[in-house]
Parts: sequence; structure tokens; C-alpha cells
Amino acid sequence: MSDTPENKSLFADETIDGQIATLNLGPTHPATHGIFQNVLTVDGEKILGSVQTVGYIHRAFEKLAERRPYNQITPITDRLNYCSSPINNMGWEMTMEKLIGIEVPKRVNYMRVIIMELARIADHLVCNSVIGVDTGALTGFTYMFQEREKIYELYEEVCGARLTTNMGRIGGFERDFSPTFHKKLQVFLKEFPKRFQEFDDLLLRNRIFMDRTIGTGPISAERAMDYGFTGPNLRAAGVDYDVRAMNPYASYEDFDFIIPVGTQGDTYDRFCVRQEEIRQSLRIIEQAYKNLPEGKHFSPDVPEFYLPRKEDVYTKMEALIYHFKIVMGETPVPVGEVYHSVEGGNGELGFHLISDGGRTPYRLQFRRPCFIYYQAYPEMITGQTISDAVLTMSSMNVIAGELDA
Amino acid sequence: MMSKLTNETVLTRLQDKFGDAILKYEEPYGFLTIEVPAEKTHNLISWLKTDEVLKMSFLTLLGAVHYPNDKGREICVNYHIHSFIHNVRLRIRAFLPIENPAIQSITDIYMGANWLERETYDFFGVIFEGHPNLTRILNEDSMDYFPMRKQYHLEDATREDKDDRYFGR
Repeated sequence: MSDTPENKSLFADETIDGQIATLNLGPTHPATHGIFQNVLTVDGEKILGSVQTVGYIHRAFEKLAERRPYNQITPITDRLNYCSSPINNMGWEMTMEKLIGIEVPKRVNYMRVIIMELARIADHLVCNSVIGVDTGALTGFTYMFQEREKIYELYEEVCGARLTTNMGRIGGFERDFSPTFHKKLQVFLKEFPKRFQEFDDLLLRNRIFMDRTIGTGPISAERAMDYGFTGPNLRAAGVDYDVRAMNPYASYEDFDFIIPVGTQGDTYDRFCVRQEEIRQSLRIIEQAYKNLPEGKHFSPDVPEFYLPRKEDVYTKMEALIYHFKIVMGETPVPVGEVYHSVEGGNGELGFHLISDGGRTPYRLQFRRPCFIYYQAYPEMITGQTISDAVLTMSSMNVIAGELDA
Repeated sequence: MMSKLTNETVLTRLQDKFGDAILKYEEPYGFLTIEVPAEKTHNLISWLKTDEVLKMSFLTLLGAVHYPNDKGREICVNYHIHSFIHNVRLRIRAFLPIENPAIQSITDIYMGANWLERETYDFFGVIFEGHPNLTRILNEDSMDYFPMRKQYHLEDATREDKDDRYFGR
């Protein structure tokens, strides 16, 4: 929107008068939520260009993965997009199931869908409430973080952890949903929509918020596809690509939900798309929970991958052997190359796994959506103000852990 | 309504257009994978983006693999191309010798390839010719080796208490 007539009045003087300054936005800055360095060239408030530096928290996940047995890779995936770890965990487990050729019971799929959609809600809540914070509206943030806390309590009931969940196993879940989980989920489903509606009312048609976000950090559908955008950011630009609908996994084809799309690809559209996705996620959870099939919470056909119950390990020879083999990474896996992707919190999260039959992957590459779309950031903020740049970054949902692997 | 594009029709169209340049094809887990000579990748990817029938205009992933024992073709570069219209994916791979792992950059076709190529250079040392800024991205600039190559072990190679032989590798 750099030089549109209505925008012209924002800047006192459109011409560059030779007083160009360099400004370091980051690597650590209270307004960037993570370690992101952007060296901005500014003329007054107006951004003329930006040079990005990434990699401050690189932890060599792909190299680590080449040394770890398959079940020990799940904790690595936690640390990619840590706002929605369960999606990453289950994406990886489904990749392994695809490689091995495991069919999991329907109940496992539905349980996964419930957890993954809860994770999506938590992810989008963080992103959207932080957009509010960056526009000066802190209230919504504090209330939505209470709701996020409830989702974390639900994770805790399932796996014992909150942020880096390491949830689920290859072949299913470590345990079935507990009675407390059922109780808490029912309360959440009942109470969350009302609270969320309040948050929605605070911002969605708020004149100040709209003025602040409409036209901020826009990108066209063509450019977004060229840059490899996926997830809410691509949908906000008007492309209805969603892995859940395009290549359904974990029984997503059973559920009725819509894929919201925007038109302008600006901060406001990204906000709106995420708001609607939260509602759709709730719809999916309600459907999955209502129709939760009976059955086992794990696949009984793969004892060589799914850890046996501890009671059995101590009392049964077979279980002890399997336990040992899984923990030591002695289970043979097929030779093969597999790509599996899931709709993560901020886009298509892919796993390109090459197995040579050894105890660890020969090569594992993660398709990290925000590493790919963060490249477009300089283009999106050129011509905007510094405060718009901060807003654009938070609305893109760039997560440092995923960016730097 | 267009007829559904399958792996076979994609492959036939590619073979009609590029003939012998399609050195090999396979379908691991239903993912059509073709091998082409390194010098043909740019043409192929560029053609796929504009082709009226295939409409493969989205770069999902770009990466490399190191096969130290495959003499003369140690570095494998993978491109994952996706057609949103037909929902068909294609993996294109090219092999490069370790002495001179050079391949034409596709940054002029996909903006998104920029960082993916820098990352592949950073970790595998693949030289993408024509890349606007082929520098390290995640590792520090002073690093003088390419850490994802197989000769660099994750742990201290002099350690004796963790012998790979005891772990099946």
C-alpha cells in the first residue's frame, strides 16, 4: 500500500531527503516475540528496506534426528512450533505409521483430531491475542490466555506435559482420555465459545483495530504462492489450500467444516481467518467428541513400536522384550522414502523421511512453514511504518523455534 | 470438470515433453518421484509452473541428501512440487558429484526457493548457480564445513563408550 493516495497523508514528506537511518529491530526486542533480527533502513518512520538474520536459536534438529531412534524424535518436533506441539507430535507419528504401514483404530484418529484442533485453537489464540497487544489492546490477551491455560490443562490430562507435550505414540496414545479430561473438555466446549465471542466483539469490528490492521502488511495471492505461503497466511490472501481438506489424514474427511479465506492478505484478513478457524476447530472437536468411537486408544497390531503397559513389562517376557527393543531402538523399520504433511498451526508442516532400514532415519527434513513464508517479510513491510512492521510480524505467526529448527 | 490427474498421466506428459531426460521414476508411498540430469531441473520446474495441463505451481520443499558411497552422485537434491488445482505432487531429484555440487538456482522461478537453497547450501554445500545471495543462513558465517554431510558425526568420534556396532548401525 506504499503510495496509495489515502496513505500519502501518513508521511510528512514522501521524498527521501538523504536522512536515511539504519535501525536494528531485534534480535531481542520486546515487540518481536522471539529472536528475530531485522536491520531496517528507515526514512523517518517509513521503512525502505529490511535485511533479516535468522538462526539465532538453531539447534540442529535434522542432524539430531539422524542419531535418534524413531520414537525419540517426537520430543524434537515439540520444539518446532511450540505453540501447537501436539500437531507436530502427531504429524510425526502419522509419518512413521505411513512408513511402517499401520492402520490405527478409528478412536485413535478421533482422539488425535480432538487434540490437534485444541492445539490449533491454542495456537491461533496466542497469535490473534498478540495482534491485539501490538495494537495496544492488552485486555483480550489476558482473557484469552486464561482459555489457553484450560487447553494446556487438557494436554496435561492426556500426557502430563503442557508446552512440549511429546504426546501420543507411534500407533496411538499412551493412555485413553481420563474421566477428568472428559469433564474438563465438556466444560471447555460449553464455556469457551462465550468467552471467545467476547474477545471477538472487542476487536473484530473495533474501529481503531480495523484502522490499524486493514492494509497493514498485505500480500497478494500470487506473491504468497510464489513465496511458498501455507496455512492461515495463504488463506488470508485468498487461496483455499488446507491440508486437512486437500489430503485428509486422521479421519478429517469425516467432519464438516469450512475453510475461511480472506481477500487482501493483510493483517486484518489474517486475524479474521484465524478467528473463523477457531470456530471451525470447535465445530470439529464437537463432532469428533460426539461421535468418539468405542475401541482401543492404540493399535494392538504393532507391539514392536507401541510401548507395552508397565505392569506387563514387569511380569511378561514378551512385553519386556518389546519394551527393551523399543527403548533401545532395535526395531527394524522398512526401507523407504515417505512424505507426510499435516495442517500445522501456521501452515503445511511436512516430514520428508528417508529410511535405510537402520535404527534412526537416514535423513529427515522438516517442512517448516514459517521458515518458508518469513522470507516475504521485507517485501510486506517495505513502505510501511515501523509499528506496522511489528504488527505484520505478529500477524504472520512466525515462531522462532520453527523458524530456526 | 476436468478429468482427474493421476501419477500415470503426469508421467506420460513429462515423458512426452522431456523424453530421455526422465532418467528414472518410482512411486514410493504414492509420491511420484522422477530423476533428471542436474542441468535439466531448472527447465523442468519452470515448464511445470506454466504448463496448462499440470499446473504444478507450488514449491513445497527443497532439500538435499548425502549418499557418501554413491561415487560421482553423492549429493541428491530433492524438489517437491505441488499442483493445488489437481492435488498431485511430484518429487524431482538430481544427483551431483561431491567435488562440484553445482546446480542452477530456481530462485527466478520461485521466490520461496531463496532460503531453502541457502539452507541446503549451508548444510550440504550445494552451490546454487544464479542465486542472489548464497550465504549461510542458520549456521554461523565462519563455519568452514557443511555439517549435514555424513562424515560429520553428531557426537565426538573419539568416544568409545557409544559404539555404533552395539546399536545396529
